[in-house]
Amino acid sequence: MSVRRLAPPEVQPAEFVFTPENAAWASQQIAKYPEGRQASAVIPLLWRAQAQAGGWLPQRAIEHVAGILGMNYIRVLEIATFYTMFALEPVGRFFVQLCGTTHCMVCGAHDLREALRGFVGPERTVSADGNFSWLEVECLGACCNAPMVQINDDYYEDLTPEILINLLKDLAAGRPVKPGPQQGRHAAEPAGGKLTSLTDPSLYDGSVVGAWRARFAQKD
Amino acid sequence: MPKLIVDGKEIEVPPEYTILQACEAAGAEIPRFCYHERLSIAGNCRMCLVEVQGGPPKPVASCAMGVRDLRPGPNGEPPVVFTKSPMVKKAREGVMEFLLVNHPLDCPICDQGGECDLQDQAMAYGVDSSRFHENKRAVEDKYIGPLVRTSMNRCIHCTRCVRFTNEVAGVGDLGAIGRGEDMEITTYLEHAMGSELQGNVIDLCPVGALTSKPYAFKARPWELIKTESVDVMDAAGSAIRIDTRGREVMRILPVVNEDVNEEWISDKTRFIWDGLKTQRLDRPYVREDGRLRPASWSEAFALIAEKVKATQPSRIGAIAGDLNAVEEIFALRQLMQALGSPNLDCRQDGTQLNPAFGRGSYLFNATIAGVEDADAVLLIGSNPRREAPVLNARIRKRWLAGNLPVAYVGEAMDLTYRAEQLGAGAQTLVDLANGAHGFVEVLRQAQRPLIIIGQGALARADGAAVLAAATRLAVDVGAVGDDWNGLSILHTAAARVGALDVGFFPAGGGLTAQQMAAAGALDVVYLLGADEIEIAPGAFVIYQGSHGDSGAHRADVILPGAAYPEKSGTYLNTEGRVQVADRASFPPGDAREDWAIIRALSDVLGHRLGYDNLGALREALVTEVPHMADRNQIAAGALELPAIAAAIAQMGPAPFASPIVDFYLTNPIARASAVMAECSALARGAVAQAAE
Repeated sequence: MSVRRLAPPEVQPAEFVFTPENAAWASQQIAKYPEGRQASAVIPLLWRAQAQAGGWLPQRAIEHVAGILGMNYIRVLEIATFYTMFALEPVGRFFVQLCGTTHCMVCGAHDLREALRGFVGPERTVSADGNFSWLEVECLGACCNAPMVQINDDYYEDLTPEILINLLKDLAAGRPVKPGPQQGRHAAEPAGGKLTSLTDPSLYDGSVVGAWRARFAQKD
Repeated sequence: MPKLIVDGKEIEVPPEYTILQACEAAGAEIPRFCYHERLSIAGNCRMCLVEVQGGPPKPVASCAMGVRDLRPGPNGEPPVVFTKSPMVKKAREGVMEFLLVNHPLDCPICDQGGECDLQDQAMAYGVDSSRFHENKRAVEDKYIGPLVRTSMNRCIHCTRCVRFTNEVAGVGDLGAIGRGEDMEITTYLEHAMGSELQGNVIDLCPVGALTSKPYAFKARPWELIKTESVDVMDAAGSAIRIDTRGREVMRILPVVNEDVNEEWISDKTRFIWDGLKTQRLDRPYVREDGRLRPASWSEAFALIAEKVKATQPSRIGAIAGDLNAVEEIFALRQLMQALGSPNLDCRQDGTQLNPAFGRGSYLFNATIAGVEDADAVLLIGSNPRREAPVLNARIRKRWLAGNLPVAYVGEAMDLTYRAEQLGAGAQTLVDLANGAHGFVEVLRQAQRPLIIIGQGALARADGAAVLAAATRLAVDVGAVGDDWNGLSILHTAAARVGALDVGFFPAGGGLTAQQMAAAGALDVVYLLGADEIEIAPGAFVIYQGSHGDSGAHRADVILPGAAYPEKSGTYLNTEGRVQVADRASFPPGDAREDWAIIRALSDVLGHRLGYDNLGALREALVTEVPHMADRNQIAAGALELPAIAAAIAQMGPAPFASPIVDFYLTNPIARASAVMAECSALARGAVAQAAE
């Protein structure tokens, strides 16, 4: 975590208004809440505003959402700066969020970070072609498939630097990519094709039932 | 009522109490930073930890846990709270160590030093060392307005300021962005705060993160002499403490007065003090060949005596201003009566209030604390946010408690709470008085309807008719009764009620202030601090006051008087509450206390007033107006309903507009203040921005 501020004025768009479809969607969201509690819709609205603005929240979008919900600007800014899922600065067309927390770190997130640094550039900067930017984030909850990244809305898991760079190249070229584990396994099944590590037959013949208690009784 | 044992002492407390309140009731001291009696509970500083038997098996934040949530013992024994146990001591030391991890050790250069909660509590509950060896957090200072200085490294994230602006001030300007260690208190993109109560965050801040900008680096609290006094910036009469060093007023702080201001004061009250040092009249002046030249007291008095003796008593008049104490107004009234002049008036704004309608017709009868009992509010020609911000905060407090319909007749305004505009002017009031408006039913349903009539509706030619119509409405909806009198006049002048009480009023065919100001009406006009009225050319004007403002510019003789911190005086607030201010400082140069000037002048004029000191003057005052002796009391006023009703007449179509156009520049002291000028420019800028 670090101090999060709005993007500098020179990159801020002059205006932000919901598209008619998004505005209609926003009124549906607001209608979910009882009278006087419209402010509860602030997170969905900000999320949609971020999607519309190209993956980040400009100042005008925050003010637009505050205007719709009748909130003070500072209240919406508090929310936008609190949740890291709201990007306050422009991001690339493909925004890579690299998990750097324990399991991914142990399984090679460092190498992925170096690969991203080499392929995209420094953290929090958009690549020259506008395609990529990346950010190291805290645990994204896919520890079984470490190391992993989130690119826009999808998880890409079981990565190596080579796989990641190829993936980014495919994305940039518009080739189809498959989200999820990238080394052949299905979901979070054990790696190597074995579906379980519990292979001892005695586990299945009933011989160990009560063994723990017996051992416990022996100790006394 | 639940029972509990605090430090071995069994007490019984109301069920809605928190553990912290219960501990205080039992006499135990609980340290705290985020908890404040008048704000919502945040529970984020963790300083108020106590040990509880019958609660969770860990230290408990006592501010955020109710006594109802405590379990009794196995045999029904009351829950036990320890505030001095080893566990509590260790918990407090740990919390304090964490708070100090990121708090700079800059007490020697911090304005809060000497009156800092963190400093005091670190001494009382902390340890003498820290185990933290990393770099401290560094936070950018924020601009949040011209009144509050920020030093955000010192912030401990108690969020009192955020809760205050949200809940009491009702503006929602301050917020906390980011999170965790990187949480920062700021306004939206560092705009200035837009509240007229924002100075209170300085008092609320338990550390030196928010301090007073005009007072920055001026003094240390232990150097200051503290004098309790009464504010005269508005008619609420807030309790204040004037801190002086030598003869100089260094700052003004609020004092708790539950009946009036709770513990808030407006920014005008708090930051006016730099106006006490500029534009002061520190010697008498007389006008010669169109220019004012310094003169001696005897010269000035001789000139006045010459003029007064050459003038018919009926061609002499006196107008009392808005900031005067009762004593000098009383003395001047006695002097004018001795001279034989009936031309006395304290209503320089032309308000149509009249003691003939009964004292109750010019008091805030519901009382300011009584606002909290009201269950419907109608404002007529009043903008309390500008006219008495602490009263507005009280209405907002009642509104937040729920079920309070508020409506107003007057120009559209933002009161910080939801209020319905019924109409702009007299026609709506007539409809209401005739029962032809929907809101009348709301008032009728209410048990204790409150009808506030402001000077915007009364300071007009048809003001008496407005009062008549409003009174008819109040009687009609049952607002005027034995146990509740909701008919309340909100004054804008601190001196008005006192002056009306001592009869500074054109009785017996005298001229009103407006008539006196007209061309050719009088030959000699005595202005006692009256700066809000323009005297037409022709008359000889004596101005007695503290500041070189419009009255002094017009004057032919200037008698330098004392500003409110420089004299001991009695003030009656809009409720009619008698409050006595002590002298905190001295008038500059040759300036004197106002009553003494009038007493000395009376001698020169050959009508010596019968008192040589303030005590004797007060005795004379009390003999004539007995309720002036009852300090901090309100003498109930009668309401002469037939007399008021007789004033009913056709009313003009102009909308009711608050007399206070610029909150920050309402009196000579404020107009002399650079801080108020800056606030005013900022407020005007904000208005211009909003209009775009």
